[in-house]
Amino acid sequence: MNFDDTPEEARFRAEVRAWIDANAPKQLEAELKRASFASSGIESMDPMAASKAWQKKKAEGGWACLHWPKEYGGRAASPIERVIFGQEEGVYGALSGPFIIGHGMCGPTVMAWAGEAHRRRLLPPLASGEEIWCQLFSEPAGGSDLAGLRTKATKADDGSGDWIISGSKVWTSGAQHSQWGLLITRTDPDVPKHKGLTMFFLRMDSPGVDVRPIKQANGQSGFNEVFFNDVRIPDDQRLGAVGQGWEVSLTTLMNERLSIGSGMSNGFPELFRYCLETEIDGAPATDDANVRSKLAQFAVRQSGLKYTGMRAISALSKGETPGPENSIGKLVAGANMQELAMFALDLQGQAGVVWDADSPQNGRFQGMLMRSPATRIEGGSDEILKNIIGERVLGLPGDIRVDKTVPFKDIPTSGRSKA
Amino acid sequence: MNLDFSDDQKALQEQVRRFLAEKCPTSAPRAILEGPEPYDRALYAGLAELGVLGVAIPEAYGGMGLGHLELCLIAEELGRAIAPVPVSSSIYLCAEFLLLAGSEAQKQAWLPKLASGEAVGTFAYVESSGRVKPEGIKASLKDGRLTGAKTVVPDGDVADVAVVLAKGPGGLSLCLVDLGGPGVKRETLETIDPTRSYAKLTFDGAAAEPLGATGDGWGLTDRVIDRAAILMAYEQVGGADKALEMARDYALERMAFGRQIGSFQGIKHMLADMYVSATLARSNCYYAAWALSTEAAELPVAAATARVSATTAFQHCAKNNIQVHGGMGFTWAFDCHLYYRRSNALALALGSLSTWESLLIERMSAGNAEAAA
Repeated sequence: MNFDDTPEEARFRAEVRAWIDANAPKQLEAELKRASFASSGIESMDPMAASKAWQKKKAEGGWACLHWPKEYGGRAASPIERVIFGQEEGVYGALSGPFIIGHGMCGPTVMAWAGEAHRRRLLPPLASGEEIWCQLFSEPAGGSDLAGLRTKATKADDGSGDWIISGSKVWTSGAQHSQWGLLITRTDPDVPKHKGLTMFFLRMDSPGVDVRPIKQANGQSGFNEVFFNDVRIPDDQRLGAVGQGWEVSLTTLMNERLSIGSGMSNGFPELFRYCLETEIDGAPATDDANVRSKLAQFAVRQSGLKYTGMRAISALSKGETPGPENSIGKLVAGANMQELAMFALDLQGQAGVVWDADSPQNGRFQGMLMRSPATRIEGGSDEILKNIIGERVLGLPGDIRVDKTVPFKDIPTSGRSKA
Repeated sequence: MNLDFSDDQKALQEQVRRFLAEKCPTSAPRAILEGPEPYDRALYAGLAELGVLGVAIPEAYGGMGLGHLELCLIAEELGRAIAPVPVSSSIYLCAEFLLLAGSEAQKQAWLPKLASGEAVGTFAYVESSGRVKPEGIKASLKDGRLTGAKTVVPDGDVADVAVVLAKGPGGLSLCLVDLGGPGVKRETLETIDPTRSYAKLTFDGAAAEPLGATGDGWGLTDRVIDRAAILMAYEQVGGADKALEMARDYALERMAFGRQIGSFQGIKHMLADMYVSATLARSNCYYAAWALSTEAAELPVAAATARVSATTAFQHCAKNNIQVHGGMGFTWAFDCHLYYRRSNALALALGSLSTWESLLIERMSAGNAEAAA
């Protein structure tokens, strides 16, 4: 039992370290250290330009999407090498924000389901950050119940074989920056819900695509609504067979949940520092029994996640597949962040309500408080994640479903009776 | 990075698990709960024969000369089986004190007996309720004689020898007391978990030989308690996992409203939460096992981390195990209460949860101050 690299890992780490040392945008380091989970922290230049520049440099050096095959812009690196690169990239990893969905979910889906010509055309510019992708899955009528989606794809009646899309998507991160979108649609409402879906990819500048930012509960606009008004997609931009969309989407979602060691920030180091610097009745807050108890529980959750990640990395290092324990990551981090933010404001007393430049740590905890509800929903809500742990890890039976075998069009759409 | 146990260590764990499945089904702790015996003597002898008691004791003193990683995994199995035996008192505490501070003669005299199970040892330091503090120790040591009282001494009713923390001319010191000698009175205490014994020990001029240097008593106590806390955390992780398994199995088997109750989200999500706390605790325990086996500088922080996490997890899993079982879970006949009792007893052993929470933050703050200096 140790935390040491194998000799091969150490050699790889040295190579990565030397390259990053010679190439990283060090002028941004101080700003990136202030990054929080919702932004890269870059203010001195356009954050997107900073992200694209670093990604391009990585691609030129052969360090972009390094676990992808070389012909698609990667390096054919092993999973453990990917982890080591992430560790060494450190604060500069925050610049990858705009590419997470493309690299983590859309890319692997294209790789698994698109033809070779499309893969060679689409994947290298995705890896290098020249083209950005978004994931057009969730809808007003289908979030956790993704297969309840209603965006419609019908064959054009002009014999071209094209598809005509109408409907809308929500919660689409980065749609305003994207050149491409991965789109799941309903092609057949007469069969049960999971069987009538079909996956496409499309240019986001296609006529009839309308991206509108959503004003979120915390006042920011990271997510969008995307409207499709008779958007035309050629049939060769279909991924998988007609009606196979659910299966294709599982590739995407599985990759979403497999991302290892992403090191989600949960604010504990910042809270601990704040408690060391804050006084209660003339003594450091860390002398207070209640504060200690709360801090200790936050500390062991953060540490438990850290070492759970290291157990997964250890498995990768041995060439094994990590166990299911990694599925707890986002569930714990999301809830922890919210509780932690509430506690930090409580420590500030009545002044905790103030959210301005004079707030402790520049208002970080107020920002966390207001952003954390989304963390508990995006990428699988707490409840969906608990279902996954219950059913796939513990082997419990699925819920009894009333919508699985009936034609989609017959599924009720409102909880209020029409009387 | 290799934050994992070796194949040999896992094989040993598997061997101990099979042994306990056969020799220590839940009827074993139940027999101790319901009967007059203070612990399962046959089981203890069997564990000694298997080499389990001496796994981390050097061969020169009658042990197997393996290490603490092996002992961690054994502790996990003992916790899983809620084994009614005095391993934690005799091995995690008494033997560790002897290894750390005993003279050659003391090691020769006692370690082989502890490893063979011929003798049981313990550690007596608590005198009152609340967190144990150096200024609260009143038992006194003078001219090789010990006077005073110690309470909630684990397995104090059956131990042959005790390491005792007492106040002497040179400050707090440790001494070794033969509990079979004159001047020692023992009273068994009634507790929430009779599958493990506790006693009050009263010393009236009992013969006591010094253990370790005069005045080192508190420092040595801190060190051994930290080490024992990691092993205890492994017992808790084992117990938490078993309680989760029991609840999961019942959720699969029990039908209500025409379906398996595990299909209800109210039950499913409770079980998922149990899995989360047990997993966090296990990962923290890996970190602590690494610190223990390498004598890392992080050991005090790692011990408190593992202990807080494992206490939280075992209590959480044991109480919700009863909840998943419903009314059946609150019957004497079902085993849920055995785990509930043990989880709450272990939560207090070696210092309560709030004590360890406090220790963790004290230690992290001190580490932070050092890092800043």
